[in-house]
Amino acid sequence: MPHVDDEGRRVFDDRPRHKAVRGERTPMPEQSAERRAGNFDEVGIGYSADEALAEAMRCLQCKNPTCQQGCPVNIDIRGFIREIIDGNWADGVSVLKERNALPAVCGRVCPQEEQCEKTCVLSKKGEPIAIGRLERFLGDHDLSCDLENRCVPQTAEPSGFRCAVVGSGPAGLACAGELARLGHAVTVFESLHAAGGVLSYGIPEFRLPKHIVDAEIESLVAMGVEIVTDYVVGRLSTVDELMTEEGFDAVFIGSGAGLPVFMGIPGENLNGVYSANEFLTRVNLMRAYEFPTSDTPVWRGRKVAVVGGGNVAMDSARTALRLGAEEVFLVYRRTEDEMPARREEVHHAREEGVEFKMLCSPLEITGHDGWVTGLVATRMELGEPDSSGRRAPVCVMDSDFSIDCDTVIIAVGTRANPLIADAAPNLRVTSRGYISTDEHGATSIPGVYAGGDIVTGAATVILAMGAGKRAATSMDGWLRNR
Amino acid sequence: MFSIVHARQLSDAVFEMGVHAPKIARKVRAGQFLMLRIAEGGERIPLTFSDWSADEGWIRFIYMRVGKTTHQLSHLQAGDSIADVVGPLGVPSHVEGLGRVAVVGGGVGAAVAYPVARAMVAAGNDVHVILGARNANLLILEEELRALPLASLTVVTDDGSAGEKGLVTAPLKRLAVAGEVDAAFAVGPAIMMKFCAATAAEHGVPITVSLNPIMVDGTGMCGACRVSVGGDTKFGCVDGPDFDGHLVDWEELMSRQRIYADEERLADAEFSRSCSCHT
Ligand SMILES: Cc1cc2nc3c(=O)[nH]c(=O)nc-3n(C[C@H](O)[C@H](O)[C@H](O)COP(=O)(O)OP(=O)(O)OC[C@H]3O[C@@H](n4cnc5c(N)ncnc54)[C@H](O)[C@@H]3O)c2cc1C
Ligand SMILES: Cc1cc2nc3c(=O)[nH]c(=O)nc-3n(C[C@H](O)[C@H](O)[C@H](O)COP(=O)(O)OP(=O)(O)OC[C@H]3O[C@@H](n4cnc5c(N)ncnc54)[C@H](O)[C@@H]3O)c2cc1C
Ligand code: SF4
Ligand code: SF4
Ligand code: FES
Repeated sequence: MPHVDDEGRRVFDDRPRHKAVRGERTPMPEQSAERRAGNFDEVGIGYSADEALAEAMRCLQCKNPTCQQGCPVNIDIRGFIREIIDGNWADGVSVLKERNALPAVCGRVCPQEEQCEKTCVLSKKGEPIAIGRLERFLGDHDLSCDLENRCVPQTAEPSGFRCAVVGSGPAGLACAGELARLGHAVTVFESLHAAGGVLSYGIPEFRLPKHIVDAEIESLVAMGVEIVTDYVVGRLSTVDELMTEEGFDAVFIGSGAGLPVFMGIPGENLNGVYSANEFLTRVNLMRAYEFPTSDTPVWRGRKVAVVGGGNVAMDSARTALRLGAEEVFLVYRRTEDEMPARREEVHHAREEGVEFKMLCSPLEITGHDGWVTGLVATRMELGEPDSSGRRAPVCVMDSDFSIDCDTVIIAVGTRANPLIADAAPNLRVTSRGYISTDEHGATSIPGVYAGGDIVTGAATVILAMGAGKRAATSMDGWLRNR
Repeated sequence: MFSIVHARQLSDAVFEMGVHAPKIARKVRAGQFLMLRIAEGGERIPLTFSDWSADEGWIRFIYMRVGKTTHQLSHLQAGDSIADVVGPLGVPSHVEGLGRVAVVGGGVGAAVAYPVARAMVAAGNDVHVILGARNANLLILEEELRALPLASLTVVTDDGSAGEKGLVTAPLKRLAVAGEVDAAFAVGPAIMMKFCAATAAEHGVPITVSLNPIMVDGTGMCGACRVSVGGDTKFGCVDGPDFDGHLVDWEELMSRQRIYADEERLADAEFSRSCSCHT
């Protein structure tokens, strides 16, 4: 068995030295662009055992594995790759699960090119190790096992404390998993009818199949986490009532940033205009793509304009294509370089036929008889860098033009979920409605912690999970030292 | 799962249902609504709480059979169950310190008007209720309303088969002209609320309307329910459902309610074909 060094990394002194194989990155098989643009099945098919091994063999097993520093939750990447090399998949899964409760999810949706793969030494001279794909490989392997054979972390002796978690997105799930591991009884309250947060209502099936999310949640339930759906905290109980009437000793709030932002331009309430959240919720959570087998309809536009440049915009555009749109335009204020979406998704969207209209800013949505007929936009150019370091777009005078379309999907951002104000009126929040916390996730109310998008604003799955897990550690300390 | 403890037909197309939901029953206030989903694959639809008992742990709602989901619901009986019931949602109706108030309930809007009128009475207001329907068969909750200590109850039907013949705006106008009301509340089809608001405006009477835009989550996360009120976009599910009737953009509301008319027809037709009740 490997032992662990000062920094928590596995050392494999007793195993033969690994000799890295030079070569190109192992491609992951995927559905062809023509085929997948017509279905909701997953785009990437995942590595086979041989492909995973081939890719793992490229890893140098560095003395100083810089990849790890790029991972927001500090996964022992070298360690899990070594287990793939040695064929010990289950051990590889345990290495992942020490830091990340949902590897099958993160392997698919993390912006790896900005994180672990960016800091892999191989990225200096060529292609970094496909860390995300390997993580997905192990995560999927784990989920393909029967529940009793899955890697479910050992839970500590029951502490006698009860914790409530508000929201079942990545922040809430990671927090719940860690609290359970530390021996606390955990109940997760979710307002929707399904758990998973953005993982189930936002990110589409073709990028993150719902059976993966469900299986990851099943693993948490197997650890003793209780999940209560259809429970709106703030309406059924306030946070205060959770701690008094309902008898919880501590509460974690991971309610996300779900409130869609509109642009405030004329025509936004015309029929055929959707917030990305509504469009994606209808299709993912409510399965409108199976209508009329499922009951929730969605308007299937022929020409669709999607406004925005993030993952949400990419998902909306690609979903519209799959619903049968003939043309899908992506309208973005800056250029492709500034787009916050994952590179892989931008690439996939373009391959599938999404047309990019860069440096365009919408001015008005035009309509006839209550329905959308077009989008009027103005051209932009890039000026000086703004506070975020990105070059700020400025309007080009008299450059207005219009795009014919029957659907407009607005994906320009979200804000703090509104119901949380009702849940805890005395909680300190920022001017934009996000919850204020210290670096351990503690809020202004003793025993109440928060993390994820409701603290940072819309961010990423792994940052939300990291925040949830960190908060669980501080909650544990707070509970035990009270 | 939520078990059904009560199911009853009130008229040709209107039904009442009670569900065991003790947590929700403790928190409901008049004017609030719930979202329900009958089973996996089903749509989430909003319905207003018509009655509830915190002591006995049930809630009730009254619904009109208009499409697939309400049709399916009408086949369920006490002892069956519903997958999801979420609530209470929306801002409770403002019922305190109104003075003399006219409450107008048209069609299945009576299901909302009844608990609101009851709460207004309990808060010490003088409440005039105007109950409207297309015909006597569609009239609901008349008995329940008569049991309340109302200032008056006027029944109106389009065809005169019960009460007076005409539209609900006629008695509303009489009350306003006689100076007998300080405020009004209307709930029913959008077109009815629009005309009630116009009547109230003519006589300088403030009016609250309970809007019914299409909803998906009911918790403020999608914006399907947006309505224009005084030029601002509001979310019906978290900012409403009650709004100032003089400020609502009625044309927009009515247009948005029709977005899925074709799909709704398709879903209902497919379902009705397989349904044994042939209604
Ligand atoms: C379409 C889309 C695509 C994305 N793609 C990526 C990607 O590829 N990679 C990536 O890293 N990130 C992506 N993100 C961002 C990522 O999903 C979020 O940053 C992450 O989900 C935040 O997690 P969370 O737990 O804080 O909140 P959420 O996932 O939003 O979960 C919050 C949960 O709390 C529930 N809730 C809210 N209020 C209450 C209440 N009062 N009572 C009970 N429950 C409540 C909500 O219903 C929800 O289920 C994407 C986001 C979207 C919308
Ligand atoms: C806040 C609120 C409270 C309501 N309270 C009641 C009530 O107490 N009793 C009652 O009978 N009805 C009520 N309604 C209306 C009720 O939600 C619809 O009649 C129901 O959704 C119809 O569903 P269906 O599948 O049977 O019909 P469909 O065939 O789907 O639709 C028929 C009609 O219902 C409307 N509708 C469809 N789907 C939705 C949806 N998801 N959300 C809102 N409206 C929709 C459509 O505009 C259409 O005109 C309320 C609506 C709202 C918004
Ligand atoms: S969790 Fe994300 S960043 Fe960390 S190793 Fe996995 S894919 Fe990379
Ligand atoms: S930095 Fe790259 S090559 Fe080195 S251990 Fe990490 S993944 Fe392997
Ligand atoms: S129904 Fe989704 S925000 Fe109101």
